[in-house]
Amino acid sequence: MGLSPGLLLTMALCPALTLHPAEAQAPAHRDYCVLGAGPAGLQMAYFLQRAGRDYVVFERASGPGSFFTRYPRHRKLISINKRYTGRTNAEFNLRHDWNSLLSHDPRLLFRRYSQAYFPDAGDMVRYLGDFAGRLGLRVRYNTTIAHVTLDKDRRAWNGHYFILTDQKGQEYRCSVLLVATGLSVPNLVDFPGSEYVEGYESVSVDPEDFVGQNVLILGRGNSAFETAENILGVTNFVHMLSRSRVRLSWATHYVGDLRFRGPRAVNNGLLDTYQLKSLDGLLESDLTDLAVVKDPKGKLHVTLKFYLEDSNQSAEAIPLPQDDSDNFAMRVAYDRVIRCLGWKFDFSIFNKTLRLSSGSEFSKKYPLVRPSYESKGSRGLFVLGTASHSVDYRKSAGGFIHGFRYTVRAVHRLLEHRHHGVAWPATEHPITQLTSSVLRRVNEASGLYQMFSVLADVVLLKENGTAFEYLEEFPMQMLAQLEAVTGRQARHGLFVINMEYGRNFSGPDKDVFFYDRSVGYTEDAWQSNFLHPVIYYYRHLPTEQEVRFRPADWPLPRPAAIHHILEDFLTDWTAPVSHILPLRRFLENCLGTDLRSFYAESCFLFALTRQKLPPFCQQGYLRMQGLVGTGSLRQHRVESGLLQDYAAAGKRREDSGQWPGLREPVDQPQAPGPLDQPLNSNKEEL
Amino acid sequence: MSFSFDGFRVGISFVMMCIVYKSAVNSLPELSPQKYFSTLQAGKASLAYFCQADSPSTSVFLEELNKAVKPLQDYGISVAKVNCVKEETSRYCGKEKDLMKAYLFRGNILLREFPTDTLFDENAIIAHVLFALLFNEVKYITTLEDLQNIENALKGKANIAFSYVRAIGTPEHRAVMEAAFVYGNTYQFVLTTETALLEGIGMEDIKYAHLYFFHCKSVLDLTQQCRRTLMGQPLTTLDIYRFIKSMEAPLLMKTEVAEDPQQVSTVHLQLGLPLVFIVSQQATYEADRRTAEWIAWRLLGKAGVLLLLRKRDSLEVDIPQQANVVFKREEGMPVEFLVLHDVDLVISYVENNTYIEERQEDETDDMEGPDMGMQDDEVAESVYRDRKRQLPLELTVELTGETFNATVMASDSIVLFYAGWQAVSMAFLHSYVDLAVKLKGTPTMLLTRINCANWPDVCTKENVTEFPVIKMYKEGENPVSYGGMLGTEDLLKFIQLNRISCPVNITSIQEAEEYLTGELYKDLIPYSGVSVLGLFSPTMTTAQEDFTEAGKYLKGCVITGIYSEEDVLILSNKYTATLPALLLARHKESLVESIPLANTHAQEIVQIITNALLETFPEITVENLPTYLGLQKPLLILFSDGIINPQYQKAMLTLIKEKHLDSVIPCWLNLKNTPVGRGILQVYFEVLPPLPLLVVVNLHSGGQVFAFPSDQAITEQNLLLWLKKLEAGLESHITILSAQEWKPPLPAYDFLRMMDAAASQHPTRKGPEYMKETDIQENDKQPEDKSAVRKGIKHWNRSNVFKAEKS
Repeated sequence: MGLSPGLLLTMALCPALTLHPAEAQAPAHRDYCVLGAGPAGLQMAYFLQRAGRDYVVFERASGPGSFFTRYPRHRKLISINKRYTGRTNAEFNLRHDWNSLLSHDPRLLFRRYSQAYFPDAGDMVRYLGDFAGRLGLRVRYNTTIAHVTLDKDRRAWNGHYFILTDQKGQEYRCSVLLVATGLSVPNLVDFPGSEYVEGYESVSVDPEDFVGQNVLILGRGNSAFETAENILGVTNFVHMLSRSRVRLSWATHYVGDLRFRGPRAVNNGLLDTYQLKSLDGLLESDLTDLAVVKDPKGKLHVTLKFYLEDSNQSAEAIPLPQDDSDNFAMRVAYDRVIRCLGWKFDFSIFNKTLRLSSGSEFSKKYPLVRPSYESKGSRGLFVLGTASHSVDYRKSAGGFIHGFRYTVRAVHRLLEHRHHGVAWPATEHPITQLTSSVLRRVNEASGLYQMFSVLADVVLLKENGTAFEYLEEFPMQMLAQLEAVTGRQARHGLFVINMEYGRNFSGPDKDVFFYDRSVGYTEDAWQSNFLHPVIYYYRHLPTEQEVRFRPADWPLPRPAAIHHILEDFLTDWTAPVSHILPLRRFLENCLGTDLRSFYAESCFLFALTRQKLPPFCQQGYLRMQGLVGTGSLRQHRVESGLLQDYAAAGKRREDSGQWPGLREPVDQPQAPGPLDQPLNSNKEEL
Repeated sequence: MSFSFDGFRVGISFVMMCIVYKSAVNSLPELSPQKYFSTLQAGKASLAYFCQADSPSTSVFLEELNKAVKPLQDYGISVAKVNCVKEETSRYCGKEKDLMKAYLFRGNILLREFPTDTLFDENAIIAHVLFALLFNEVKYITTLEDLQNIENALKGKANIAFSYVRAIGTPEHRAVMEAAFVYGNTYQFVLTTETALLEGIGMEDIKYAHLYFFHCKSVLDLTQQCRRTLMGQPLTTLDIYRFIKSMEAPLLMKTEVAEDPQQVSTVHLQLGLPLVFIVSQQATYEADRRTAEWIAWRLLGKAGVLLLLRKRDSLEVDIPQQANVVFKREEGMPVEFLVLHDVDLVISYVENNTYIEERQEDETDDMEGPDMGMQDDEVAESVYRDRKRQLPLELTVELTGETFNATVMASDSIVLFYAGWQAVSMAFLHSYVDLAVKLKGTPTMLLTRINCANWPDVCTKENVTEFPVIKMYKEGENPVSYGGMLGTEDLLKFIQLNRISCPVNITSIQEAEEYLTGELYKDLIPYSGVSVLGLFSPTMTTAQEDFTEAGKYLKGCVITGIYSEEDVLILSNKYTATLPALLLARHKESLVESIPLANTHAQEIVQIITNALLETFPEITVENLPTYLGLQKPLLILFSDGIINPQYQKAMLTLIKEKHLDSVIPCWLNLKNTPVGRGILQVYFEVLPPLPLLVVVNLHSGGQVFAFPSDQAITEQNLLLWLKKLEAGLESHITILSAQEWKPPLPAYDFLRMMDAAASQHPTRKGPEYMKETDIQENDKQPEDKSAVRKGIKHWNRSNVFKAEKS
């Protein structure tokens, strides 16, 4: 597949972008401007480039992925790089590749860049450099966008242009603004004595600097544990303090939570030693209640703001909690206090008119966006990548490469339809392929798997239910607007295919290893705990109201029917009786038809003995594409009782109304009826 | 409860009748104190709840009490709500609204009073009431010493049913009390709630209720302990009943006569427990008996054990020589013959199989109606049943993402795109392999396959999004998708006919003649009964292009050739064709006919050729029926057992020739080649007349089936007459084909309903603190030890800053 003509055209336009300062009067126009050449920005650039769109990426550093040149400080990424899965299915393997961006080039897979299961951040920088370079993405490096404002214009796609001003005063006019700047501002604390606190971004990473010291770390995320683990061996003790209980990602399924690797975690050295009752502890408190006081020897004491209120500020006079409570955990003096509290989005460059505001109490560090990743404040402004995590914060993987590479693709598909009339990609199939289409996706799709409960596949039924369109990875919270944002029609009912954990399963305080937690029987599939496919059936597209006021804990409004595919430890949902059969029954009951497959011989029988044929015979056999089968398969059919053996025919009279395929085999005894089970009747009487 | 009431039964039914007479079943009678006391009968138990007249008419307690009315009535205990009116105060009427109580009377003697919070639900009410009434039958103990005393006292006299329940009033307690109500006279029931006691007899699992059967009756030596059997199932009334019943059965039954195990039935089978026959011989009888007894003890309550003596001279029982154990899972099931050389193996075999059996029983209990887990897709089922057979897959080349392009570029290839989990494509893979076997050693084309479950990127790139898909890759040509029947024969035909280019260029008159006689492509004639030759003068370029396009379209379906040399007139004259023309050579009949082609477009040419391929009186088969159905006419089918009678054939052909059969498709069906035809006849005829049979099936309008009278000979005249009558509407149909739609064969699991049911259960967990007992019990099904990490955090919590702040 060569480059499309449109792409060549825009490439030819490229030199025009290198404007001379003298020409800066009229701002350069681009249809799409991407802020930031990190993973999300480059991913969007890739899709824009493939679609032949007019775009540019602005990056303040001299190369892509500048965050990874400095962070994480100890250089070990927490996203897995599983190079071997035992499978050759490239799509499936992306389920275990958490670092690669999406592209058509197999050389641009991260496993070619690092051997390590938890790779080095330097490899990521190298990878992103190659991604931008090999694909020829149009990035303007060393361009810091200092200010973004709106310019109202009725002719603009969204009723306004985004005017970007760089550090040199150069202006750029953009129809659509895609913000992929990540979280770049460190979270600070403000309490008395916070000036004594060192920051994660600048603290020494050399363990030698901590020998024999008492250290308190504020924060309990991955950066806190990373810092603690690095110095654990040389300090007297490390204490950690934060407002929320430590969360382990295996108990929450949330990648951002502290991550474990097999029996041992990446950053769990502290937890290990902690279990061994060492001095290194985890404490719980609200950081804003704290105060740090420095004594004349330069040692730092932790106390509470509340004690400081009525006293003068000299260290000796300040009451400490340990004065009253002799087992106060932080009664010792610290040599260092280190802040590892993560980052937040940089709101400062956006003019107020853009109305880009921060999220709710729990996602304050992110800008507020709709489920389409479009800002609630201004149309045409989309937030991508880590900064878009408010959509699925603490739920799914949208804040991480392996998640947002798919949400970026979804945003691009929305834009393609909105501005270029390109409908959301879909494949159309006859209804007989429905079970297979669903199975294929749940067994291999990575986007569904990574972005569970955020992106979902949608099956749109055609009139009469004889065919369907299959749409992949649609932002499921946008379901009510599906027709408007995809250009597809959903008049005749739809299925939504989502991946979900069990509702009673996940949460920081739940023990993921509790007894009997996996479910083994198909009728109990709805109680499955591990990530498993869930299929919703709607007769009509739900309305916005229905989506917004859906039942608590439900990712979607109440459907007409729901199906859970029984959980499977290997995420292999291909078992004929446990997985495929119940799925088929669900689909055919929603559609009111028979989705079984038949050999040509059965279709032949039906064709001459019934006026109507099942879809499989109609769409296959009648079009001279029947499945003939072989002698041995025929023998199995006879043995299974699904085929009457006419060749050895005893001339039995046909029961009208029932077709032969479902009849009990002639020679086998009837299954025992209720009369043969006297105990059941006893039960009744009890 | 229909079991062993015997003595009770009469009394109970009598009481029930009385109660039914007085008040509606299941509803709680409301009486004044005076009225209530007047109804009390000597010797009859009665539970009364005294409440203020102005108290709310509904409460959690009343709801639960209402539920308990019916079960208590079954035990002959009446229940009433007594309204304390001001004028008629009774000492049972409490002073305050909150202090109302329930009272249990026998006759007019007060036995017990219960604060309502003791009777927190239906189970608690029944358990407490029976517990009070069976005070003498059920001994409540708290220490190990109590238990030992009872055990010693009963040695040689009676057996003991000892149970531990977590609390009084639990469902398990109720189940034990109900059992005690029935068996209290036969066995000594002993009850405890002390975990220490349970631990004292060596049971460490104190989370669940347990029931032990102490076999004391047979113990004669007072220093000897009673043997104990632990009931393995949860304590439900039904399971306790089964368990006790199985304790009553003889330990080891002997079938010394060489009885057929298939015929043996004991109480165990009725209880849903399997039977184990230990096969013995005269020589080893004594040792086998001891082994069997040992096994019987181990399996007590789980299975019945019998000793089966194998008699050498007996021919009636067919037990395989080496089998030493016979296992009978349930009544009516065939017995299993086993060779198990270890007692433990016998035990574990029984335990494992009993578990499965119970599970299946549960399933049938839960699901009313058909088994939705049963495979009813013939393709999926047959492929699954064949999964263990090794297909000779090595005869086809397996392609991968790496080898695909290189392979299909290097040689002419057929590629089967399939998915390992998709039954239809796997079924076709069987045919494909059969084809490879047929073509083995004939280097026609490379047969390859690619599993799209492993290489989705390749399949997507080749535009394959469904399975199976077969494509042919030839050098210098676009890949062609195969659109024929998914079977060995049709694909073979496609491959063979693709060996020559289509249309093939004929260069001389002699070659053209050889082509038309079938000499030129002799080996292809079996696959293409017709050879098509287009005749053009060299200048007719447009007509040639149209024909070439049509030929390409029909590639793999029929042989086409083109002749456009200067001397083409020799051929056109010979076959009386006007140029441009088609010559159709029917090899079977050695006929060549010509069709003029003036101004005929490619599509029309395709249509002409396709029609020409249809036979006038075909043998209808599974493979060719769709072609004829496409004509949308009624079928006139002659069903023949074997090859068709030439006379009939002649009659039909004559009628066809005389154009009498233009409104139908005349055809015949050979039941030897197409045995499924019998299935068709079974639908058409109530009583199957002798073959041959001639029917008209009106498939496309109405579905009527008409039968030619079987007492008439199939002659031209008779047929013509019948057809005329048919056309005139004078014949009546023998049946009408079902016009039923194809609905889902079975329902699906209604997960939405199950989820709703689960969600609605939570809010009902209200009520007083006793509920905690049940809560604990449910939660305890998960082990309590949370991860060590969490324990540690809890520990640290105790000394956290907030505590310090508060202190």
